[in-house]
Amino acid sequence: MTDKENRKEAPVRRVVNESGIEIKPLYTAEDVVATGGIDASRSGEAPFTRGIHPLMYRQRPFTMRQYTGFANAADTNKRFKYLIANGQTGLNVAFDLATQCGYDSDAPEAIGEVGRVGMAVDTLRDFEVAFDGIDLDAITVSLTINGAAAILIAMYLAMAEKRGYDVAKLRGTAQNDILKEFIGRGTWVFPVDPSVKLVADTIEYCAKVAPKYSPVSVCGYHIRESGATPAEEMGYAFAIAKAYTDAALARGLDIDEFAGRLSFNFNIFGNLFEQVAKFRAGRRLWAKIVLDGYGAKQPESGWLRMIAGGGGFGLTIEQPENNIMRGAYYALIAALGGAQTMALCCYDEAYTIPTPKAQRISLRTMQLLIEEIGLADTVDPLGGSYYIESLTNQLEEKIVEAMSWVDSQGGIVKAVADGVIQAKVSEYAFERQKALESGALRKVGVNCYTDSDEAKPQVDLHGYDEMGAIEQIDALKKVRATRNNAAVERALAAVRAEAKAGRNVMPALMDAVKAYATVGEMTNALVDVYGRFQEPTKLWRKVA
Amino acid sequence: MTERKIKVLLAKPGLDGHDVGAKVVVQALMEAGFDVIYTGLRQTPDAIAKIAAEAKVDVIGLSILSGAHVPLCRRIRELLQEKGLYDKLWIVGGNIPEDDRMVLRQLGFRGVFPTGSRTADIVSFIRENVK
Repeated sequence: MTDKENRKEAPVRRVVNESGIEIKPLYTAEDVVATGGIDASRSGEAPFTRGIHPLMYRQRPFTMRQYTGFANAADTNKRFKYLIANGQTGLNVAFDLATQCGYDSDAPEAIGEVGRVGMAVDTLRDFEVAFDGIDLDAITVSLTINGAAAILIAMYLAMAEKRGYDVAKLRGTAQNDILKEFIGRGTWVFPVDPSVKLVADTIEYCAKVAPKYSPVSVCGYHIRESGATPAEEMGYAFAIAKAYTDAALARGLDIDEFAGRLSFNFNIFGNLFEQVAKFRAGRRLWAKIVLDGYGAKQPESGWLRMIAGGGGFGLTIEQPENNIMRGAYYALIAALGGAQTMALCCYDEAYTIPTPKAQRISLRTMQLLIEEIGLADTVDPLGGSYYIESLTNQLEEKIVEAMSWVDSQGGIVKAVADGVIQAKVSEYAFERQKALESGALRKVGVNCYTDSDEAKPQVDLHGYDEMGAIEQIDALKKVRATRNNAAVERALAAVRAEAKAGRNVMPALMDAVKAYATVGEMTNALVDVYGRFQEPTKLWRKVA
Repeated sequence: MTERKIKVLLAKPGLDGHDVGAKVVVQALMEAGFDVIYTGLRQTPDAIAKIAAEAKVDVIGLSILSGAHVPLCRRIRELLQEKGLYDKLWIVGGNIPEDDRMVLRQLGFRGVFPTGSRTADIVSFIRENVK
């Protein structure tokens, strides 16, 4: 058989991307027109398809902010300084699970968890130590905290205030997206309604007191990891962002007082073109929602400011070196997508907490894009591509579809409280797993191009630092013994009273933090009023 | 003769919030025809042992990705033994280093399924090992 005959017989594969869009073998100008045309606005002009700033990376390259946090405040401080010395331009703080779930280091629930997956925080003292010597004006700090976010935001503001910073000018971010915690990630504390109320408290308080601080970073990221298509990731995130926006508006805030400080967190694993189109479509749709839907007057209220990063689900324990390449492509996606901030999962992150070497490789990957590959030279370099523009239009429709589905379930708050959205996400994760096991979903090194003689890497977990935990608990006891306990009691009573009265608890939390009340004490004061969340476990619709 | 359905408890002990894998396994076991109870997140060892005893399950499965698998399994083992559940099949999955797998097996967790295991293997392991 000749080559020519071979070519003729080769079937053309059908390609459908994860969001459910059929991909053509060739795109032309006709496809762009058929899907709705090209948004002719320039970067920096609404609806910001091409970027929220006129000059994007040409003026200011993306911030590089790796996720870091070590057992105790002193070690975390050392690691922060190491990362800053290596050129990192933002800090992304990881907390241990006890802190994230609102328990003190000496609570029974914290046994074995103190400092395990991040920094342990009990009182303001820990923040004072962790950020000692770090210029909070020069570097922006992002707190990856959700269930206990109101408390830790208060702690961060109080720490800055104590060091003489003007809180009204202080920049920084807290994740503080509790709705996605119920869907994936799981560090909830209070039931759904009071949880959303607390988010509104932080938005309202920051709008008044710390208007440069970003109190919420809405995360499609974890929903995508847990089991959602790229379009659903963005659609659910927007449904969540709208819920917080509605709650803030109900406080009497004007949309322009806070919308510009909302930020987003999205995932970057998967098909490059689909993800880039996702970011462009999301940027355009969010601008329409805020500027047209909510009637915001300031263009920056409609900015989809985002950290794009991670990609954890895309990484594999098999042939882990491949993750270095995957990370490089994911970083490329984030840069082509116009992210303001980038963070990359490290190649060893599929099976351990990253080593300093792996952290450095991730950081260098991002730096390479700027310094060698030309990603910071021109805005939205894929803009105008027939394929990307068509996909952007189609992705926008798919995102709207995902938002409509949430509406059909009674809105995101109800969908989360009922567990409907968790069920949908879990079903997708199951389908994805089956596709991986059957080989329908190809994964290099996992179900194709596997090395039979290759030994799997050693899963190497950080040993639990028992001594570090004991030191943390000793430090906590020392604070409890030396603080003014009567003042703490008064402050906690005020937190309870404000919560009971349905008022904004942030001022009372600020007072409690400054009196060195513990994370556990403040959480319990709120639990006294709000109760704790009970997870719905009947999660499956089809099977069951 | 109709075969009795195998009853499985799948639990998430501790504060670890990684539940994607646990929920995938729950669905795989359901699809395989097992009767499955999923506890949801943040279960204490006591609560897990209590549910296992009351629900008379054949299999007790734990999913742990925080790295705390050895102390948690040790504690849950004590409680399961107190309740006389040593004849049940105990399995554990999660981010488990090679060296710890033997430790967990010695504790009585006969099936150890590290990250990356196939759900089909978990299903057949349960079928083969439930008496």
